[in-house]
Amino acid sequence: MTWRPRGLRARLLVAFVLVTVLGAAAAAWSSAGSASRALVDSTQRRLTETVADQVAAVAPQLTYPPDQAALDRLRAAAGPNTLVTYRDLRSVDGADTGLVTEELRGAVRDRGRLVTQRIVTEDDTPWLLVGTPVVATSPDGARTPSGIEVYAVRDLSEVEERIDGLTESAIGTAALALPLAVLLALLAARGVLRPVRDLRDTARRLTAGDLGARSEPQGADELAELTVTVNEMAASLQASMATMSRMQADARRFAADVSHELRTPLATLTAVMEVLETAADGMDADANESARLAITETRRLVRLVEDLMEVSRFDAGTARPRVEDVDVAAAVRDCLRARGWLDRVELAAPAGIVALADRRRLDVIVANLVGNALRHGGPPVRVRVLADREQVWVEVTDGGPGLPEEVLPHVFDRFYKADAARTRTPGSGLGLAIALENARLHGGDLTAGNAEGGGARFVLRLPRHGEDA
Amino acid sequence: MAAILLIEDDPLVRRGLQLALRGHGHDVRTADTGEDGLRELRASGPDLVVLDLMLPGIDGFEVCRRVRESSAVPVIMLTARGDDFDVVGGLEAGADDYVVKPVQPTVLDARIRAVLRRGTGSADGVRVHRDLRIDTTALTVTSRGEPVSLTATELRLLLTLSRAPGRVFSRQQLLEEVWEHDYLGDSRLVDNCVQRLRAKIETNPATPEYVQTVRGFGYRFGPL
Repeated sequence: MTWRPRGLRARLLVAFVLVTVLGAAAAAWSSAGSASRALVDSTQRRLTETVADQVAAVAPQLTYPPDQAALDRLRAAAGPNTLVTYRDLRSVDGADTGLVTEELRGAVRDRGRLVTQRIVTEDDTPWLLVGTPVVATSPDGARTPSGIEVYAVRDLSEVEERIDGLTESAIGTAALALPLAVLLALLAARGVLRPVRDLRDTARRLTAGDLGARSEPQGADELAELTVTVNEMAASLQASMATMSRMQADARRFAADVSHELRTPLATLTAVMEVLETAADGMDADANESARLAITETRRLVRLVEDLMEVSRFDAGTARPRVEDVDVAAAVRDCLRARGWLDRVELAAPAGIVALADRRRLDVIVANLVGNALRHGGPPVRVRVLADREQVWVEVTDGGPGLPEEVLPHVFDRFYKADAARTRTPGSGLGLAIALENARLHGGDLTAGNAEGGGARFVLRLPRHGEDA
Repeated sequence: MAAILLIEDDPLVRRGLQLALRGHGHDVRTADTGEDGLRELRASGPDLVVLDLMLPGIDGFEVCRRVRESSAVPVIMLTARGDDFDVVGGLEAGADDYVVKPVQPTVLDARIRAVLRRGTGSADGVRVHRDLRIDTTALTVTSRGEPVSLTATELRLLLTLSRAPGRVFSRQQLLEEVWEHDYLGDSRLVDNCVQRLRAKIETNPATPEYVQTVRGFGYRFGPL
């Protein structure tokens, strides 16, 4: 499993983790918030009630107007960190009573009842300030403010710590959800990604030509539908390809069979043509001409069938080069000499260029190129043999008008006739196609173009050390 | 003018070749199956056999092998062009040469005459090399005193090579001199014939003493 930051898996994972963390954090934050609010409220109520109860317990025993001793007594009853005032009299205990704000005092004086205030000092300590007036109850039951005010300062740090603890445990719980979320995300990603990857692999195999590749659809979701569709597409493609290649193979086999069947009667005809040729001299003019026509056309037919069979062998992939060390210049010269072309061709071929080649096929190529140049091009026909360490080139140029632009892409096509008037040439129309196939069989190639002077220029390139070099 | 046995199953091709070879002055007997051909061979004792490889019953390769078991008569095969399987198989079965169908009678006639032209160059008497004795006049070869039966082609190859001991002949040269082929001759003819010749005259054909291979060039006659 490869990790791709931009992949579907990564995106799914990130989304899952984000949702989980946000959800868990929100839940933790809200539950911790409400829990801490409840905790603060209850603590505050308890502290306030304690102060109020203590004050209420002592208040009836006070004398009015109170003296300093009475205030001290009251303050002692109310516990530490308490300030008791009566007009200018003050009774103080604890260092933190300075925290009592003027605001609180004002509120106590104005409202005449118990008031609380929460403050946070600069060192982040939370405090609860409780202020209450002492109410004197006269013998007739009437309640009047006595002018004594009690201010108690209570430390809320402990509560704060407990709230922090709550928050921490909430975060801890939320954090526990994180690996779970990753696991779930991976599982979900796998569930989604496996069919996607299967499909991708199948598509790759199809692209590579393995038309039998299929994916197994899983479940009944959209991905399964896509898989089924892809399978159907592949099946239809495979069927079309099979039909096409069968038709192609049939056509090729037919050509091969036809050529093969033609060969037997042609063998008979070829055998008797010489007898006929000898006898033709003694015939009358019409019979003689008929005999000569039959002979000429039989030879054409033989050549055509041989070329067709050669093409069939290339198509069937059964053509095999029989390579040996060949002196290319000598081979070209032999080829020209055997056909009586040495006088009509300017040959520039340095001796000693040896290449690994099939002698017969090289002869076929050169004979075809030079034959074409002599027939269709104009003089001078030049043949040059060039070589470097790895390659050898045989270049055939003529002094004719050259190949028209529109003809160039088709010169190697089978039965392509550049000029309708030239349909009756001695060639089979397969010569250049066969020459090209022969060049490729050697691991080389054959190219057509025009020389700078304007004539046609064919270049055969062959590797000197065989196909694998 | 030679007595030729033509073994070919197709009646029209058979008749056509018979007419054409007769036109070149040969006396042609025919057979339409391998079995028939072998019978005819024993009965008439031709100078040369022209053998089609595609035959009903026993095929041309088998016919060639059976001919070689009892006779040194030259065999020329008729094969399809480009059918290397046929060529290799036929040569291994002991054929002397092959032509490709459809064959021009002139070409076939030239091959027939080449195969039958035994005495090459001047008959210069007897050449003796260690245990090998070549009589260029009587056209006989003996090894350790025992006569060796060589086909016309094998004999001609041996005569050509032994004419100039130590001289290296390329396959092309041998094809031209022994088989009288043009520049497109098939070098497998040479290699195959060399192997058969070695099997007959060498004490140990794997380490030849008389017909030596010169790697990358061809063959020469030894010992030097």
